[in-house]
Amino acid sequence: MAEAMKMRATMEGAVVDVKVLIQHPMDTGLMKDKTGKLIPAHFINQVVATLNGKTVIDAQWGVGIAQNPFIGFRIKGGKPGDKVAVNAVDNLGTKFDGEVVVA
Amino acid sequence: MNQLRRAFLKNAGTVGAVAAAIATGLLNPGTVLAAAWNSLAFTTKDLAEAMKNAGYEGAVESSDIVIKAPDIAENGAVVPVSATSNIAGTTSMAIFIDKNPVPMIADFQFLNGAEPYIATRVKMAKTSLVRVTVKAGGKNYMASREVKVTIGGCGG
Repeated sequence: MAEAMKMRATMEGAVVDVKVLIQHPMDTGLMKDKTGKLIPAHFINQVVATLNGKTVIDAQWGVGIAQNPFIGFRIKGGKPGDKVAVNAVDNLGTKFDGEVVVA
Repeated sequence: MNQLRRAFLKNAGTVGAVAAAIATGLLNPGTVLAAAWNSLAFTTKDLAEAMKNAGYEGAVESSDIVIKAPDIAENGAVVPVSATSNIAGTTSMAIFIDKNPVPMIADFQFLNGAEPYIATRVKMAKTSLVRVTVKAGGKNYMASREVKVTIGGCGG
């Protein structure tokens, strides 16, 4: 689901600043729908970010991350033209992948 | 069971294990595997227990962890939080919301040049301390900041 992820990577001085937005309900499993039924938990629980294939961020998420999750992180030693990729997976096993070139 | 998966599960949760797996040739550098999801920590209701289960027990207060969050969040469903650790040797950072039904929000490992900085958006059930824990040089540190919530974000 490539369209579900928006990414931007720009240089802030000598550091690559990355911003990622992923479309996802991040349902906690604690809320009920209009009929009173519990909406099952459905949330991204693992996110890995890489710079030119090397892992820079290895993250675990719980249901407390807000809907349509945003994550910002920074990498030393990156430069324009480098590739930043983000691979995320949710508790149902659905994968979300994105890649961007550092501007 | 697939040998790659077996090697990974045997040593789940450690960065060293991934390096070992790469060295044995079982893990292709092109394949990226995340640390195993800490389901225990992410379902613990008590804050201290959650911190312990996440590996941040005994965290000492540190003013070298800087948390940016609104003083008042109008919508508890989406509260922007960012944190920076100025502690040398920071390897990971986690976010907890003390008064959420499940306090542990996320845990981030920093590798290969990533700065110990994270910006994200969290859900807050009600006014609470936002707590950031950091592991640096094998020791645990923490800082917290109160965010007032006018409309809770966990529903129910």
